[in-house]
Amino acid sequence: MSLRTGRPARAGQYAALLCYLVFLAFPFLWLVSTAFKPARELGSLHPTWIPERPTLDNFRQAFDEQPLLQAAGNSLVAASAAALIAVLVATPLAYATARHRGRLASAATGWVVVSQAFPFVLVIIPLFLILKNLHLINSLWGLILVYVVWSLPFALWMLAGYVRAVPPELEEAAAVDGAGKLRTLVSVTAPLLAPGIVATALFAFITAWNEFFFALVLLKTPEKQTLPVVLTHFLGAEGVADLGPLAAAAFLATLPSLVLFAVIQRRITGGMTAGAVKS
Amino acid sequence: MTLATATERSGREEPRGRRPGRDQRAGRDGAAWFLVLPALIPILILSVGPLLYGIALAFTDAQSGRTRSTQWIGTLNFQDLVHDTLFWDSFRIGLLWAVGVTVPQFVLALGLALLLNENLRMRWLARALAIIPWAMPEVVVGIMWRLVYSPDAGILNETLRDLGLGDGRDWLTGLATALPAVIVVGVWAGMPQTTVALLAGLQNTPQELHEAAALDGAGAWRRFRTVTWPALRPVALSITALNFIWNFNSFALVYVLTSGGPGGRTRLPMLFAYEEAFRYGQFGYAAAMGCVMVAVVSVILACYLVGRLRGGEDT
Repeated sequence: MSLRTGRPARAGQYAALLCYLVFLAFPFLWLVSTAFKPARELGSLHPTWIPERPTLDNFRQAFDEQPLLQAAGNSLVAASAAALIAVLVATPLAYATARHRGRLASAATGWVVVSQAFPFVLVIIPLFLILKNLHLINSLWGLILVYVVWSLPFALWMLAGYVRAVPPELEEAAAVDGAGKLRTLVSVTAPLLAPGIVATALFAFITAWNEFFFALVLLKTPEKQTLPVVLTHFLGAEGVADLGPLAAAAFLATLPSLVLFAVIQRRITGGMTAGAVKS
Repeated sequence: MTLATATERSGREEPRGRRPGRDQRAGRDGAAWFLVLPALIPILILSVGPLLYGIALAFTDAQSGRTRSTQWIGTLNFQDLVHDTLFWDSFRIGLLWAVGVTVPQFVLALGLALLLNENLRMRWLARALAIIPWAMPEVVVGIMWRLVYSPDAGILNETLRDLGLGDGRDWLTGLATALPAVIVVGVWAGMPQTTVALLAGLQNTPQELHEAAALDGAGAWRRFRTVTWPALRPVALSITALNFIWNFNSFALVYVLTSGGPGGRTRLPMLFAYEEAFRYGQFGYAAAMGCVMVAVVSVILACYLVGRLRGGEDT
């Protein structure tokens, strides 16, 4: 790719890349290191990168202090339901906007852009009042509804890209062979679209799993709260109380997102940018 | 979140797309509406509706847990806001934060994208590491950096001590250091998305032009100015605009890091409005704040985009 890059320039590039790697990685490594440190080392004035006596005590203590399992369960329910519903609702819409260019498609694209700029402040108060009238405050269902709408624009946008990547000629060929519209959709389009749908659902799942603001406002009692909200309870009123369990819990809460994201990363970074716009 | 690139490119490719005949399209639009409906209803009820409702609330005295019915009070909320120095302080901090995060985010991301576009050996590692800030819950990002900044047990102060750069300090509670410390976290958290968007833009630049320019003896900087940047410009424009909005609206990071302290030095407008609405129950007033935030950000963005687009025509 690069053209005639001289040796000193190369060295400079590697040095710069190394700086980026350090900057990106060190906070996470420190989180992991803290999570496995015994209390005595955490209190030491000269903390080390690698725990001298690694321990799982922090994890045990984290589960004792806060209802982490319950919170993870709530997060799992909310994120899965939201992802599933969002994809079910968004796929037909994405198909329509991708295949039928025109006013509909441009309206959808416009809404996707506007919704990215959506002012949460302005939306959260009315949402709170509406959900209160529906008795959906402090209920996972209320939160799921909000997450579905919240993840729709992005899901729509990703899916429309995947639909566009399926050549219309294939559908036309099926039609010529005498397959009906529905038959074509089910046996030609759907299988080709499946990986894209899965990637979109996983992305919606991660977004909902990570979400904090709506969960903070809409869920009141600890037994209903999701993982990010429960994590903030470790912080207490007086700032950081217990670093070890805090780090341990934060580390665990991140794992699902990291693993799923690693799975779909290629699709997100590649698909969203290259494949997403092939016409 | 690389939305910018795709809208950009899909817009460009539109003319080449298949366009069904006019009458055919009319018939298909009927079917299309049927496909659209399941998405349209929740969108209208839970996103367009609340937006309008929110704007309406700004003109009322709505409060939480009150028995008396809500009344229209005209622009009274806005008149109060004009004199609310606390809010304007917070607004100023919000703008500082949004610019302070967006600009370095863009510069650093551009650098990383250019590096990743080269044939370097540890590219895969950088790509893998870039996932971490992107996939992590914002709350965990906040917690993680609190550990880094922690005055005694934090790695930052320890490193500074090791390097002989003083005893370090309590970064997040110091009046002078809190906002810069928080901004660094914001930059870290948002860099990967920006990098990916820019990288996609880079891979879209015509390679032949690059080679031709190199043959003509253009140096790296010259090639960047004349070949890369013009192609990258639309992507750069959209991603910085989006980043600015996202950053201005951000909440969780700062909520976890400082909760707006010390002494309101990091109280972003979102935090301010959140407290007003859900701690003090002033729904109407908080909605008015939301309206002002949206209005000002829209104006700033419009100026930025118009200015940039004009600049593009000049050069």
